Amino acid sequence: MAKKSLNVVESAYRAVMEEQDDTILWLLAAMQGAGGAHTVVLRGNAVNYAIAGQGAPGLTIGEWKQTQAPRMDRDVADLIENRKIPVYVVEEDLAERGIASDELVSGVKLLSRRALPKLFAEYEIISHW
Amino acid sequence: MNNYLLIESRDPFESNDVGYYYDLSKGLVDDGNEVTVFLVQNGVLAARPSAHSAALTALCQSGVKVLADDFSLRERGISKLAEGVLAAPIDVIVDRLAAGHKTLWH
Amino acid sequence: MPKKTLTFALMDAPYESANLTTAFRILDAAAKRGHDINVFAYEGAAALAFTRQSPHPNPVHGKNLAEENHPTTKDQVAALLAEAAKNGGKVDWVNCGMCVDERGVNEFVPGTRRGSPADFQAFLDASDNTLVIPTK
Repeated sequence: MAKKSLNVVESAYRAVMEEQDDTILWLLAAMQGAGGAHTVVLRGNAVNYAIAGQGAPGLTIGEWKQTQAPRMDRDVADLIENRKIPVYVVEEDLAERGIASDELVSGVKLLSRRALPKLFAEYEIISHW
Repeated sequence: MNNYLLIESRDPFESNDVGYYYDLSKGLVDDGNEVTVFLVQNGVLAARPSAHSAALTALCQSGVKVLADDFSLRERGISKLAEGVLAAPIDVIVDRLAAGHKTLWH
Repeated sequence: MPKKTLTFALMDAPYESANLTTAFRILDAAAKRGHDINVFAYEGAAALAFTRQSPHPNPVHGKNLAEENHPTTKDQVAALLAEAAKNGGKVDWVNCGMCVDERGVNEFVPGTRRGSPADFQAFLDASDNTLVIPTK
């Protein structure tokens, strides 16, 4: 049986165009498929990943064109709907960034920063990404 | 009750996110856990007595154990530490991991 | 302290971050204690064990190749494997395959291997504890 693993993701937009996804959300999706039991908390700038409707067009450099530009909102929705990975978003970090809860993809759960210690107690492994 | 080891590699001069980590450590202690913050790399810059080290001293007084990596301290020429902060070898991280402390890196 | 199995995830590329200095110090300490060590080398860390790294001299410091004795992470990885073996532990160092491919670093220190997220998941579930060292 997989160990319950809480993943606090705070790094945001670090290499998403280059990798065409967020490499941590991608990794967790892959690990879930390998039998993992993961949960995600988006904090800091990573709360921005939950905003619906985001995404830049693919890069073009000379004649080279990117055809699979990332869509972080779709990846977050995919984690929730298809991978069955719960996704929490720290509400104080949303507020600090002027993000209202109705801007978010459906299915994310709001979590207060103050609730993190109690949430940590439910997991065997806790990682910061 | 759980044991936590929170490794802090960032410093408050360059990052305004260090406060989140210090607050998290206090929140974990308030929730009844044993918590150690282990400063490494530039994280030890906060351990030199300054206006910013008061936050670390306050953490110590709230029940968080604050350790500073001795290698990182030597690397940065820090010999005097803020009240409550102790120098420690990197082995502490391995021993706490081996003892099952939930260990995070910031 | 009884032998434990400890898992580490690394992400930083060689020569770019102090995280790796600290990581190797932790890994070395674990190897000296005889623990079994799993490493999932993800993203830039997939290049840590690349055998085609070469040291170089340091003209600014006036040191030739031998004098500079510049570190290479491939040597540090090899030394880690040897240290663990000397102390009765083993290292399972996995380089994330897709990360290896996109970086073209397909030649590894002997004793390390290519793998995937499934290996990291297996490590998480089988080890006594895990530390993720993220990149910024």
